[in-house]
Amino acid sequence: MTIKVFNREKIVSKGIISELRKICSRILCHANVLGYSKDDQFAIHLALEEAVVNAVRHGNKQDSEKDVTIEYELSPEKIELWVTDQGMGFKPSDVADPRSGENIYKAGGRGVLLIKSYMNSVEYNNAGNSVHMTKLNSKPV
Amino acid sequence: MEQLKPRISVYYAQNATVVTLTDEKLLEDDDIKALEESIMPLIDGSQVNLVVDFSSVQFLSSAVLGLLIRISKKISENKGRLKFCGINSKIFDIFKITRLDEIFEIYDDAKKALQSLK
Repeated sequence: MTIKVFNREKIVSKGIISELRKICSRILCHANVLGYSKDDQFAIHLALEEAVVNAVRHGNKQDSEKDVTIEYELSPEKIELWVTDQGMGFKPSDVADPRSGENIYKAGGRGVLLIKSYMNSVEYNNAGNSVHMTKLNSKPV
Repeated sequence: MEQLKPRISVYYAQNATVVTLTDEKLLEDDDIKALEESIMPLIDGSQVNLVVDFSSVQFLSSAVLGLLIRISKKISENKGRLKFCGINSKIFDIFKITRLDEIFEIYDDAKKALQSLK
């Protein structure tokens, strides 16, 4: 008999990075219990960190009265994550490639690239204030 | 009283200053600010060769990459040289993805990084 472990949760928090990191830690604990590899956990951790920082800094413009919503759906096969802020949104296609030309010498602008690189799929809503990321379990039980 | 955790350890070799990052995770604004405040005085105003040893670092975010760029610019302004070492494979992937492995000189360990400065 196969027991399917399945978690889904939506958490609305004030846009304070330290508070949001506690939620990220909880998600990573669930991923660990479900047998996600250390590499997968590293990828999930990095993508969540970058998405949360983007939501607070660029989305909510550091306004701690604005919320950030983290939603996740976790199964032994994959984890889906949504990070949503209350900002004006952005067009991912407008983000310059941080690897090109002089951009490589800029201090910022690498978060979106890292999210895309470490997740299996990344989608933004039309408003550009919510990112939906999916990571497949590379070694499902 | 909260115990202050060292962010770096420093030793001076013949031809370089070697900074070892002592935190396993580099994420928080406070971590990065503390690192910047520890490292910048070591390289400010004079020609310095700096080796940064990442052996203890298991996780970092793009915010840290920004700090490394700022350090690199400051060292270049003063005609010094910057070398990294001890970067584990997961962290090295971040450098590769962002192509920072093409602009930073990265060595297996501090000994090799120091030899490259001779």
